[in-house]
Amino acid sequence: MNGLTTIFRRELSAYFATPVAYVFIVIFLVLNGVFTFYVGGFYERAQADLEPFFQFHPWLYMFLIPAISMRLWSEERKAGTLELLLTLPVSLPASVLGKFLASWCFTAVALAGTFPIWLTVNYLGEPDNTVILAGYVGSLLMAGGFLSIGACISALTKNQVIAFVISFVICFAFNLSGFPMVLDLFQLWAPQVVVDAISSFSFLTHFNSILKGVVDIRDLIFFGTLIAFWLYANVLAIEANKSK
Amino acid sequence: METLIEVNGLCKSFGGLRAVDNISLTVGRGEVLGFLGPNGAGKSTTMKMITGFLAPSAGVVKVAGVDIEAAPLAAKAHIGYLPEGAPAYGEMTPSSFLEFIADIRQIPRAKREARIREVVEHIHLENVLHQRIETLSKGFKRRVGLAQAILHDPEILIMDEPTDGLDPNQKHEVRSLIQTMAPQKAILISTHILEEVDAVCTRAIIIAQGKLIFSGTPHELATRSRFHNAVSLRVDQNDSERVKTSLEQLPGVSAVEAAAASADGQLTVFPGGEQSIVSAVQSRLRELNCEPREIFVQRGQLDEVFRTVTQTGSAAGEVHRT
Repeated sequence: MNGLTTIFRRELSAYFATPVAYVFIVIFLVLNGVFTFYVGGFYERAQADLEPFFQFHPWLYMFLIPAISMRLWSEERKAGTLELLLTLPVSLPASVLGKFLASWCFTAVALAGTFPIWLTVNYLGEPDNTVILAGYVGSLLMAGGFLSIGACISALTKNQVIAFVISFVICFAFNLSGFPMVLDLFQLWAPQVVVDAISSFSFLTHFNSILKGVVDIRDLIFFGTLIAFWLYANVLAIEANKSK
Repeated sequence: METLIEVNGLCKSFGGLRAVDNISLTVGRGEVLGFLGPNGAGKSTTMKMITGFLAPSAGVVKVAGVDIEAAPLAAKAHIGYLPEGAPAYGEMTPSSFLEFIADIRQIPRAKREARIREVVEHIHLENVLHQRIETLSKGFKRRVGLAQAILHDPEILIMDEPTDGLDPNQKHEVRSLIQTMAPQKAILISTHILEEVDAVCTRAIIIAQGKLIFSGTPHELATRSRFHNAVSLRVDQNDSERVKTSLEQLPGVSAVEAAAASADGQLTVFPGGEQSIVSAVQSRLRELNCEPREIFVQRGQLDEVFRTVTQTGSAAGEVHRT
């Protein structure tokens, strides 16, 4: 798609043109460290794996990812550049995809910054590095899922704070959809099929299965279709709300 | 003349509100069409539909012969567009912003640098090339928007209030820029500054409440003024009553008005019909043995036509349609 790479490059450099990128990366890395060593008990477990590191990713992403995605479209709306972008000879799907991939790539950069933990665990013991690789792949896929949600929500409003809060709530719901907190809401009235379907949307369930070291095709399909769905919704959201 | 913008029966409704109601217009190469109307009349909405940002509720837009809804990307490639307020990415510099536009407009790499340099020189952006756009003054931001719009040397240029908020020097620069480009392009500019129409436009249309209520040359617009062919003169203050009464008797004169506030002998003589009354007025003055300190024929006041036409809507006078 023509223009996709141009949009991607502009968007990615936009992250680094402001302090947002550096603030985000530093906070992401610090929180990862705090959770892994203090809450996750990395040393106390005395096991050569990165489970205490990865298990907090869904919760970290839940509020950090909306901070990355909130500006994707809200800012274009607010500054009026949406009109400029959509009157350039680029298709809307190319713009949506370009922006999404840029934010995903940025998240990948932040995630790559955690490599010292991988060095640490390899220095201390002999971990199964394929499990760790699977963990990184799963973490990145999950981040992509959250980002696609955040991008779509960002397309609905000019206000970045609103985009952040709503994305956070939806990400939270996706994290917890396998838990009684969400399922009880549906158990009372919805048929079992629906309850099962909702529980299968849980990011936690899919992520935890990848963390065991097996990248199951079903988990890949889950995240793939989820991202595709939200990006499609993103295109529709822009189409429907252009003039507002 | 080759028609580059062709709009037919364009309508746009937002909810129950008809923002644009059955607008048709054409702009050919070499023409500069001034798009006039009060705020909220539907100028911007019409431009947004012509440039493919908004989808029309009804009607067809063709740019360079390409239907914007059927082939949006091909059509958009022919257009340079300056949206209202000249939006640009604030965190970029004019240099990186123009690079981005050149990239997305697929200007061949070999020509890119030369073309950017040419436009930057043309629009005088050299000194701010590496400053963030968000830190630039309004005038420079507008110029960045203009540079962006003409970078790919489009056949069709659409500008929404290109001189809004600029100082008189900057306005003059933008107008001369438009005039230099005019012969090769079809240009559509919206404005509510009427002097601009006189200065740059070859044709003007006025819309109000979404409807087209006038279409013609700036001259035709002026002839619809009450002041068209009116004679303004200034006589000695003591003479003014005498001259006024006498001029009112002249055949072909419908009214004589004295300037209310200043009362320094300023009179305006309005013609009753199409014919010029200046020579009749002059000979009458000679008969009265009165030497005017100044005398001139008014072309017509665009402001006044604008107010009359847009406030009374299409009910006022005959409606021209292209």
